[in-house]
Amino acid sequence: MRLKAPITNKEINALKAGDQVLLSGTIYTARDAAHRLFGKKPPFKTKGAILYYASPTPTKPGAVIGSIGPTTSTRMDAFTPNLLKAGVKITIGKGKRGKEVIAAMKKYKAVYLVVPGGAAALLSKHVKSAKVIAYPDLMSEAVLELEVLDFPAIVAIDAKGRNLFEKSKI
Amino acid sequence: MREILNHQITEAVKKLCLEANTSLSDDVLEALNKALANEKSGTGRKILNELIQNAKIAKENQMAICQDTGFAIVFVELGHDVIIKGRDLKAAVNEGVAQAYTEGYFRKSIVKDPLDRINTKDNTPAIIHTEFVPGENIKIKFLAKGGGAENCSAIKMFKPTHSFEEINDFVLETVKNAGANACPPIIVGVGIGGTFDYAPVLAKKALLRKIGRHSASHETKKWEKELLEKINKTGIGPMGLGGSVTALAVNIERYPCHISSLPVAVTLDCHAHRVREITI
Repeated sequence: MRLKAPITNKEINALKAGDQVLLSGTIYTARDAAHRLFGKKPPFKTKGAILYYASPTPTKPGAVIGSIGPTTSTRMDAFTPNLLKAGVKITIGKGKRGKEVIAAMKKYKAVYLVVPGGAAALLSKHVKSAKVIAYPDLMSEAVLELEVLDFPAIVAIDAKGRNLFEKSKI
Repeated sequence: MREILNHQITEAVKKLCLEANTSLSDDVLEALNKALANEKSGTGRKILNELIQNAKIAKENQMAICQDTGFAIVFVELGHDVIIKGRDLKAAVNEGVAQAYTEGYFRKSIVKDPLDRINTKDNTPAIIHTEFVPGENIKIKFLAKGGGAENCSAIKMFKPTHSFEEINDFVLETVKNAGANACPPIIVGVGIGGTFDYAPVLAKKALLRKIGRHSASHETKKWEKELLEKINKTGIGPMGLGGSVTALAVNIERYPCHISSLPVAVTLDCHAHRVREITI
């Protein structure tokens, strides 16, 4: 399934855990330090937004971006319900999410995607442009606006609370 | 006595950091390919394929395998008959790390203080473990340790009367708690013995051993194989989305301990297992 921000509730409702999706268009990066600075007003338009928990390696001259894989999502759990309330529709990272986040995903209609941790060089090839839009002092943890093409991800938890991590027991 | 110049150490460390972070070693690649052949889950195979492809892209483009280029962990075996000329060992190692992380366009992930959280901007200081050994060489082993997997580490002070099974349960519980966060398939380092501070060092040392090279002790080797089998039966799988390959290796290091103690430390490393060594 192909998706492009801004994401609508209709698109969210059509996704279920286990679906493979390809993202295109604008996505934003943020991790621990940026989340702490967000306060009431994140530095990007939240309605329909896609948020990726990542902080890349520095960009080499002539390259679009450095290696950019996901970081552990659960460290951002405390901040996520408010962001979903503000309209963020998709979060991307690695690993499980907490109960409060899953409840907020159901309430505000959002999905959580995972990308392979460590596949950072591969994922960088799907980034077509990148610019820092906030907190440059945070270096690699600054908020980036990325334009991506066919960025591959898997729906791990959908808006009905179906959870791939719960099924993953033999 | 043999004289070694400080910049020889700097150059060696720099080379290790650059190579480890951009080129997955043969033992890890072989283990990933073997995992791909054995993995029963379709999603698991897709992920393993992407990881193998990722290693290829990183090597071809000389870019970091993973954006988390880690904490630089350096084990130095310093020969008794070596004199280091110029700056001291610590400065020489840190200089090598700083040069590699700057010139290699690697992420600088170290903050000066755990609470102030100001970035040191060159990924130093390294964590350096030094051991004196006979001879006139310096052997340097490097491990780039990512934060996600490191956060899943655990230590437990067992009673001397605790059993093998109870230690196994603790290792399994650590792996299960980590789940996807340690970026499976993982490498599991287990340190048994020593003291509260030394068991984790043993666990780190265990991570330095190549995948497939078991302990020299027959009993420990058997234990490593058994634990690997148990871990792969958890079903956590690649990226924690289910599957038959959760770990690529379990390496155990043992050391003498006090009659009252039985410390066990477990440290996990992600599939982007970046280890290199060199002898000067």
